[in-house]
Amino acid sequence: MTAESAVKDPATEELPGGMEIDCRGLDFKTLNDMIRDAAQGGAERMVLREVYGQRYIGTRLNGLPPVRIDIHGVPGNDLGAFMDGHRLIVHGNAQDGVGNTMHGGEIVVKGRAGDVLGMSMVAGSILVRDDVGYRAALHMKEYGKTYPTVLIGGTAQDFLGEYMAGGRLVVLGLDTERHDMSFIGTGMHGGIIYIRGEIGRDQLGEGTRISELRPSDLKFLETQISRFKNTFDVAGRIRPRGFKKLVPKGKRPYSRLYA
Amino acid sequence: MALATQLLPEFRIQRDDDRCIRCKVCVRQCGFDVHSYDERRDCIVTDESKCAGCQRCAVLCPTSALTVMQNPYSYAPSSNWNRERITDLKRQAESGGVLLTGCGNDKGHRIYWDHLVLNASQVTNPSIDPLREPMELRTFLGKKPDRLQIRDGEPVDLSPQVTVETPLVFSALSFGAISHNAQLSLARAAREAGTLFNSGEGGLPRNLRRFEKNAIVQCASGRFGVEPEYLRRSAMVEIKIGQGAKPGIGGHLPGEKVSKRISAARKIPAGTDALSPAPQHDIYSIEDLRTLIYALKEATNYEKPVSVKIAAVNNAPAIASGIVRAGADVVAIDGLRGGTGAAPKVIRDNVGMPIELALAAVDSRLRDEGIRHECSIMAAGGFRCSADVVKAIALGADAVYIGTAALIAMGCTLCQKCYTGICNCGICTTDPYLSKRINPDVGSRRLVSLLDGWSLEIKEMLGGMGINALESLRGNREVLRGVSLSQWEMDVLGIRGAGQ
Repeated sequence: MTAESAVKDPATEELPGGMEIDCRGLDFKTLNDMIRDAAQGGAERMVLREVYGQRYIGTRLNGLPPVRIDIHGVPGNDLGAFMDGHRLIVHGNAQDGVGNTMHGGEIVVKGRAGDVLGMSMVAGSILVRDDVGYRAALHMKEYGKTYPTVLIGGTAQDFLGEYMAGGRLVVLGLDTERHDMSFIGTGMHGGIIYIRGEIGRDQLGEGTRISELRPSDLKFLETQISRFKNTFDVAGRIRPRGFKKLVPKGKRPYSRLYA
Repeated sequence: MALATQLLPEFRIQRDDDRCIRCKVCVRQCGFDVHSYDERRDCIVTDESKCAGCQRCAVLCPTSALTVMQNPYSYAPSSNWNRERITDLKRQAESGGVLLTGCGNDKGHRIYWDHLVLNASQVTNPSIDPLREPMELRTFLGKKPDRLQIRDGEPVDLSPQVTVETPLVFSALSFGAISHNAQLSLARAAREAGTLFNSGEGGLPRNLRRFEKNAIVQCASGRFGVEPEYLRRSAMVEIKIGQGAKPGIGGHLPGEKVSKRISAARKIPAGTDALSPAPQHDIYSIEDLRTLIYALKEATNYEKPVSVKIAAVNNAPAIASGIVRAGADVVAIDGLRGGTGAAPKVIRDNVGMPIELALAAVDSRLRDEGIRHECSIMAAGGFRCSADVVKAIALGADAVYIGTAALIAMGCTLCQKCYTGICNCGICTTDPYLSKRINPDVGSRRLVSLLDGWSLEIKEMLGGMGINALESLRGNREVLRGVSLSQWEMDVLGIRGAGQ
């Protein structure tokens, strides 16, 4: 799938109450000023065209009613950082720090994303169609009945789910011959990582173990798979088979470290 | 199998049996279970091996029957293998772990404040009496413009500033490290005195959000409780890179301290360890730091100053320069003697440098580069009295963080057992029974009294120098002279020796 075909996404063609911003030559502050002004003016949908690395898209919308932003081009680092309750759809690739310390809402990347995706996020979801970089879902958390979900279509690099304290991380392994990452779930002490495809024990970080898949896990995975298919318009069946479930060995990874 | 301990008790407790009325106050007050009542013999028995030396029992004993002193018995004298070394070694031989401790470095590294003396006016310029003449301690924290533009009587394009009525700001003390009542006391005192408290890295409980005008909220490596509302309802946001008591390392709040309330503030499941990674994993460079500074500015709509706090380390001046160039409005530097709720003892006692040297070096560097006005400097790390504060401001600080001093004002006696989660004065604990020992009415009153007392003393010292505004003292090293310092130390401090 190319960015070209993504532009023709029918959802972005109709824009009731929406507005379009040509981002060429705008620095991030100016662009985010415009987005904030538009949201304050009641815009619920925006389409950003020609985005060239502008950072923090979605961050300045804190405290405003939910907005959907379609992004064409490559948004810069910290897309949706500290974001709460909004929806960002990237019709292409994203850079580092997607959903950094995010608190709610949804980010969809119709391409690949860079490093530290979903770092420390507490709620909301991030869906990436292709691969992600290093340290995805680092120190993701959860609280009460709320948990964040990160759904990755392809594969990831080292330190996936490092320090994970909560949340659900699903790696579908589509178009992936083998997962190459190591140190998966190093220091993990909460949450669940599901990886489809072969994972050797030597790829797991200390403190993480492989656990049995229960019917509730399969149900969750089926829901996530159909969500993935609907979001990215993927044809064909993806079976909830061949998943490995990784959980922490304990909630206290370093409890015996001290005298 | 647990090994039999070979440790010599650190403290010795003497009970005057003629005075003891068996009221059991000591039994109830000691969270370490040192005292227990033996019903059969009608006497109180003491297990000295558990004593932290906090003096809680001795102070509250209604008949003054108790004396807690350092155990006069020791191992054979040796300057090299002294008692502390032998004790630590035995503890590790018994457990095989990292030794933890609390509070600040107690190792007697040179305290430069005690080698700095202040000037005063005599004959040629009149001193000012602060009791009858106006004296200004008000301080504005934030980036200052290259030049001030005024339009229609209002400054144009001014970066956000936070006003404090005294240069004394409470240090970062997180909920979880300290009790809710202790944090509430700090918040109330800050509001009453017109200054700030600092949430630390443990989020902010909902009922403290009302102190938003007086709250510095931290965004640290664990990102605990860093939610949009937390950032929005604050006076300033601080990125915590490091802490003077434990430069370069993260922290672990043990799962047993993560109660329901703490889990709600930190947004992690109850009972799990709260891990603060050593680095912030989205910051591996000054450029990355800039990314986070601006992410926080974006998240707060450019309405709050952003501070970056680092531990005082060898390259602090160059790092501080990078921090300012990365867009921070405030640089906070925490020195070697800064306190902690828990740190590896070997780190607390050996890593970092005294705040006096780091502060002077950072201020000089930023001046040399012509960017000193682009940030405020907050100094932290073991400020004991108002004179230390005045000297720090003369060395270049805009304001100081006080942590340990504030805890002592509330009741702490520096027993250094904070890391155990047991605190007999109710500060460094999450145990509801112990936490009740801090009454926020009393705690905040004691803190306000401390701030009032120090502020008056600062005015006296300023007046004595013929200065009527703190602003005129800032970076005014001419008022300082060194005593018993070597030339390199005076060079770093940027001062002359007394008599020179």
